[in-house]
Amino acid sequence: MEEQATILEKTTKTQTMSGSEAIIHCLLAEGVDLIYGYPGGAIMPMYDELYKFQDKLQHVLTRHEQGATHAAQGYARATGKVGVAVATSGPGATNLITGIADAQIDSTPMVCITGQVASHLLGSDAFQETDIIGISTPVTKWNYQITKASEIPEVLAKAFYIANSGRPGPVLIDITKDAQFGELDFAYAKCNYIRSYTPVPDVNEVALQQAAALINNAKKPMIVWGQGVILGKAEAEFKAVIEKAGIPSAWTILGLSAIPTSHPLNIGMVGMHGNYAPNVLTNECDVLIAIGMRFDDRVTGNLATYAKQAKVIHFEIDPAEVNKNVKADIAVLGDAKESLHKLLPLLKENTHPRWLQKFKDLYKVEYDKIIVNDLTPTKEGLTMGEVLHHINKATEGNAIIVSDVGQHQMIACRYAKFNKSKSNITSGGLGTMGFALPAAIGAKMGAPEREVVAIIGDGGYQMTIQELGTIFQSEVPVKIVVLNNEFLGMVRQWQQLFFEKRYASTELKNPDFIKIAQGYNIEAQRVIKREELADAVTKMIASKDSFFLEVMVEKEDNVFPMIPTGASVADIRLE
Amino acid sequence: MNDQKTYTVSIYTENNIGLLNRISAIFQRRHINIESLSASESEIDDVFRFTLVVKVTEEQIRKIIGQIERQVEVIKAYYHTDEETIFTESALFKIKSDLLFEERQIQNIIKESNARIVTVNKEFFVLEKSGRRAEIELVYRELKPFGIMQFVRSGRIAVTKTEMPISSLLSSIGNQEETAFAKA
Repeated sequence: MEEQATILEKTTKTQTMSGSEAIIHCLLAEGVDLIYGYPGGAIMPMYDELYKFQDKLQHVLTRHEQGATHAAQGYARATGKVGVAVATSGPGATNLITGIADAQIDSTPMVCITGQVASHLLGSDAFQETDIIGISTPVTKWNYQITKASEIPEVLAKAFYIANSGRPGPVLIDITKDAQFGELDFAYAKCNYIRSYTPVPDVNEVALQQAAALINNAKKPMIVWGQGVILGKAEAEFKAVIEKAGIPSAWTILGLSAIPTSHPLNIGMVGMHGNYAPNVLTNECDVLIAIGMRFDDRVTGNLATYAKQAKVIHFEIDPAEVNKNVKADIAVLGDAKESLHKLLPLLKENTHPRWLQKFKDLYKVEYDKIIVNDLTPTKEGLTMGEVLHHINKATEGNAIIVSDVGQHQMIACRYAKFNKSKSNITSGGLGTMGFALPAAIGAKMGAPEREVVAIIGDGGYQMTIQELGTIFQSEVPVKIVVLNNEFLGMVRQWQQLFFEKRYASTELKNPDFIKIAQGYNIEAQRVIKREELADAVTKMIASKDSFFLEVMVEKEDNVFPMIPTGASVADIRLE
Repeated sequence: MNDQKTYTVSIYTENNIGLLNRISAIFQRRHINIESLSASESEIDDVFRFTLVVKVTEEQIRKIIGQIERQVEVIKAYYHTDEETIFTESALFKIKSDLLFEERQIQNIIKESNARIVTVNKEFFVLEKSGRRAEIELVYRELKPFGIMQFVRSGRIAVTKTEMPISSLLSSIGNQEETAFAKA
């Protein structure tokens, strides 16, 4: 803290320096001490300064620029701070796009810095020139190309402000090589205002009172909360609201872990592979209270039959999300923390025991039909659920779980136990296979005191498997669990259910993952039999270093419950 | 799609390279054709104005306005129906000069359509016609048989019949800015 104060003081005085040195000072002034990236021609001046400042600013070399973005995302999601990724021009920059798109749709604060060819070469098809501003426009909250060193402090200050204010998102700043070499009189002032930008709309007190009245009179209220609660640091306010009003509360995949999974009012996940009770009862509640979520199609199923009987209250920071998918009877715009804080005194203390019992009854149905067989199976093949079951036992719900995309992701989110917020890190909106391994690196480096377990399928693992090199070189003690069914499991499940078992290009011939992990000096173990599983998981969690655990699971298991595409939430299938 | 209507979209923005790309991408992503587009200064210093015309439903345009306003450098966006705006387009016709003197009919067309001769020289003359789309199309159809060397029509520009609340919005933002500075 003291050190940061000195840096700030130093940087508010004007001094002459190069553009690339200015970039470093900007990052330090924003409190950045860790960035992910990959060097190359057009970003070399900045890397030269990173070398000089390596005691203050750690640079983690990933093995691919996509890995740098996902690591920055994992860092941001675990800490609530802005993740930073750096790449060179051309292919370096285009390799960032998947991570940027992922951060955009999942509202993750990230600043990407790319090198660019010298400004006099712009538009000349120079070596490694690409129009990254044009390419990244639809997937960034904001982007800007710097062509003069003097622009650097102001633009980077804006970048950090935009990335992490209001509804967060990714910002890309493209800096030409001559701007990095150029000189400027450096002074840094943090940005906290942009004329055309309203990050947080004011809370409308009338709407808030109407919402409170509706909630107070509701017989069967239900909350669906999303990541807005976590991004808005509103966990305590949220918990106070649901406890005071006694409202059963369900989460979207990105809302998971905002309150403990064991909370008596936590009724589970909504959506395609969510829990039975909250999906079915979405179409029975009388007031549906959406908080910091955006009614994604994976959550709502068929909109024409979604919660038509209910009055809908939507607490939301982004005005463009209100009435986008589901019409809100009352919209309360604003920051979740402030809105919920103001809502609390307007609510009357209440309980809904009979209504809550309905959720419990339906949970019992799901438990008997699905959950018991997932978590404690008696059939021969191993299930993904039982692996999660053992991880829960070993971590006692205190780990950060980073999941990739597919069947294992749904299983991880359905069954992982969480005691703390910011513990569930996954690619929700974009569904980016390959997300988990690099994101776990970022999460572990952002929260080194916490256990970080990556749960990955054998397909997604191979999309960013090269980041084992980052784990090796930077000594990141993450735990990697690959649930190997030798299939692209979720696609295979759909082929089974909707394409008459035509398994087109979903079966994988996999390499020896143990040898690969060992090649990176990572301790590795494969589990084939159920008897070996508990000990292997315990050993993995007990390890102080990174650890790779491969579990050979049943090849053709399906994830249930399931709302088929286009079906109503009430028509969720148990088999 | 029967309830599609022509909407004039007015977007007040900061002047920024790439913003047009950002705005047009919002339409492209939803597979909506931008029928016309013009960009200019606005009534406010340092504030830029885009005027777009699209044919969509009211629900679509309402959501699109939300997406446009999300963009950091967009100050405010509005949509209006034809009935709510005064709008015009402008067209230029380049025609061989000898026709002007040899074909009396052309002189009549110019007179009746209230078109304006911008320039005349030995080879060609240029006719400018402003007005509604149908008026311009009428002139085009009438001149076509004589031969048009070049034709171009601008995008729609429009002002609203009611007051555009942008000025009061900006002055309230300006006040906030002053307060923010005062605090700092």
